[in-house]
Amino acid sequence: MRVRRLAAWTALPLAVTLGLAACGSGGDGGSGGSDSSVVSIQIAEPKHLVPTNTTETSGSQVIAGLFSPLVDYDAQNKPYEVAAQSITSSDNKVWTIKIKDGFTFHNGEKVTSQNYINAWNYGAYAPNGQDTNPFFEKISGYADLQGKTPKAKEMSGLKKVDDLTFTATLSEPYIDFKTTLGYNAFFPMPDAAFSAPGVLKDSYEQAPIGQGPFKMKGTWQHDSKIDVERYDAFPGEKPKVKNIEFRIYQQLTAAYADVLADNLDVLPTIPTESLSTAPSDLGDRYKTSPMSSFQFLAFPTFDKDYSKPDVRKAISMAIDRDEITKSVFKGSQTSARSFVSPVLPGYREDTAGEAAQFNPTEAKKLYQAAGGPSKIVISYNGDGGHKDWVDATVNQLKTNLGVDAVGSVEPKFADLLTKVEKKTPVGAFRMGWVMDYPTMEDYLGPLYSTNGSSNYYGYSNPEFDKLVKEGSAAKTQDEAIAKYQQAEDILAKDMPVIPLRFGENVFGHSSKVKNVEMDLFQRVNLVKIEAAS
Amino acid sequence: MFRYILRRLLQMVLAFFGTTLIVYALTFAGQGDPIQALAGERPVTPAQRAYLTEKYNLDQTGVGGFFYRYFDYVKDLLQGNLGESLTGRSIGDILQQAWPVTVRLALIALAVAIIFGVTAGVLAGIRRASIFDNSTLVLTLLVLGIPTIVLAPLAQYFLGVKWQLFPPTAGSDPTFYALLLPGIVLGSLSLATALRLTRASVAENLRADYVRTARSKGLVKRRIVIVHVLRNSLIPVVTFLGVELGNLMSGAIITEGVFNIPGVGFNLFRGIRTEDGPLVVGIVSVLVVVYLVSNLVVDVLYAVLDPRIRYE
Repeated sequence: MRVRRLAAWTALPLAVTLGLAACGSGGDGGSGGSDSSVVSIQIAEPKHLVPTNTTETSGSQVIAGLFSPLVDYDAQNKPYEVAAQSITSSDNKVWTIKIKDGFTFHNGEKVTSQNYINAWNYGAYAPNGQDTNPFFEKISGYADLQGKTPKAKEMSGLKKVDDLTFTATLSEPYIDFKTTLGYNAFFPMPDAAFSAPGVLKDSYEQAPIGQGPFKMKGTWQHDSKIDVERYDAFPGEKPKVKNIEFRIYQQLTAAYADVLADNLDVLPTIPTESLSTAPSDLGDRYKTSPMSSFQFLAFPTFDKDYSKPDVRKAISMAIDRDEITKSVFKGSQTSARSFVSPVLPGYREDTAGEAAQFNPTEAKKLYQAAGGPSKIVISYNGDGGHKDWVDATVNQLKTNLGVDAVGSVEPKFADLLTKVEKKTPVGAFRMGWVMDYPTMEDYLGPLYSTNGSSNYYGYSNPEFDKLVKEGSAAKTQDEAIAKYQQAEDILAKDMPVIPLRFGENVFGHSSKVKNVEMDLFQRVNLVKIEAAS
Repeated sequence: MFRYILRRLLQMVLAFFGTTLIVYALTFAGQGDPIQALAGERPVTPAQRAYLTEKYNLDQTGVGGFFYRYFDYVKDLLQGNLGESLTGRSIGDILQQAWPVTVRLALIALAVAIIFGVTAGVLAGIRRASIFDNSTLVLTLLVLGIPTIVLAPLAQYFLGVKWQLFPPTAGSDPTFYALLLPGIVLGSLSLATALRLTRASVAENLRADYVRTARSKGLVKRRIVIVHVLRNSLIPVVTFLGVELGNLMSGAIITEGVFNIPGVGFNLFRGIRTEDGPLVVGIVSVLVVVYLVSNLVVDVLYAVLDPRIRYE
């Protein structure tokens, strides 16, 4: 009897003791971010931290602090040298890259031209499965590193001249090569990163060694944070803060609550739910800045309903972009009336001309004259928060064109692409684009060229292809831009896609920091940020 | 008893294979083009396609290919290898890191449910139809009616941001204090159920014959309630809390997300959102085991608590 009584009473005291035990283990210091000398920045768990394997924003935010790029972009988004002394070419085919003396990796290794060559070869070698692999395709010898069992391990186009100089020979002239070198795929990696030539150490990714203004403090603490501290031997512009904590959040709403409570310093993206209240919640700590994203509506070429340019133009004219950016996006995006982003050198306003001006009466006339379909379908992926604006667009089309219009949802973007590839009628479908480096070519090439990597809609115009090609092979930047602009004018005539909106960085910060700036790639400028005293 | 446990263990093996098969099929069968799904909205280069095809044995297609991959997975699983997530991290490591914080959160939630739920339930049961009873009824109905997805952000906004009583998020390596608010939010649902259960049970037992006997023997009321009524009333509550602990161990997807606690639910949610099939399947496989074991423990505990119950 006594034993039984004991058993019956175990549950309660046990639970209380456990509660107390948990109490004992806590209590040391507040939660993170209370130390004012550490600036905390929200990121999501990065996918990778190896420069040649990083393509998403969170990872590139971290390695932007750990590495210093060969070139960066000025206020006009033209490249200027940072880690490079000079990047020159007489024919735009053979590029001589001289790096600045005095850069060292965080482990003390001197940065040499060989470090760049090793890193680039590692990125281009297909069996390594690096995400930035296609960025090396313009370098000659790239093809030999592709396939399951590549012929070579090193690109023949990369040659070391001396410790601070190397040449990159391209397979054909490319005027924008210097601009592309600002991308993180082109960062160097130290000898310490490799266990054997061409074999990266597993441990490297947990604590990447770079040559940038910040170095790792400890290792990557998955799902919780990444700490970095100022690297004092960095020869370039010194950061104003000593320590940065990249704090990993699963949900932006949680991070937003932390910014409101001064528990987190920088939130690079305000969550959609809070867009309407954020300006009043944060006051002058709510900020916007230009960004490169471009949202548009594409039309599959196999679909006869939409094959006439006039039909597409009419649909475009029936959409009131300003109304949608205002009511759905609360001004966090701006209306797009051109085919490339406004942040680019060479961007001109309103290149789509009348076709992108809201004009319901003309639109209806044009639509009926061209014999557009009686039902317009807009397909979108359901996991990206696109429903609201698609619904608004569909309603506008219904009212302004007098036709039936519906939004059709696919679970994921991949499902949508599969349908397009199988030529299943999906109607018009949404697409988005973010640039990798600021050149018009980074939009025109992949999106509208016949063989463009993201041209899922099959637009093909030989004259356009020719102009883009001539542009990238041009002798000077101005000449290249002129060609690109001519190419863009062709798009205005053919209207293969309907430009809808350009994105903006919409960010906020706590009262403990100032001078928070964000670049075109959605990254916080780590050198400029300062603690507010 | 021993034979009962053995039989249950054998059933668990079957249940384990059944559930992992279903989860595995659901996770991977739904993907039209798994490689495009891996890459998201970016175009896939032939190099990456070849690399991923090889890495995830995607060259074998159709039903045969599915079972080939499934058995490959189960083989690794039985050797204690949960595999790698799509970002190349060992799922075993991820779980090892995530579990302690989830367990701490679960225990706090459970403690909240027991301390407040059971106590208030007993009081409400003794003073039936009093103001206290009626007000707890309204309160528990309210809590049961509000889903966590509303309750958690509300608590975070008012207690964390507005009045700054608690830190709004827990973050990495959370203190007990930082976990307290999420623990209360998470525990409030179990608290409400535990309260209702205890109240009903106590109220019923107070009318039982043995209580009348005890009272006529002249026992003081406190002794009747604490020793006789409470012990008999707690049986259903303990069962409920045992099952609840299994639930809580599997991580609270919403609560951990709202309060940024890097636990099991947090990782599961990330796996689902980033379409990290291996991570989802890995976590769910382990959760299946947790559920099966916690259910078994509860069933056995039941017999220990109530001598009238015998398993053969």
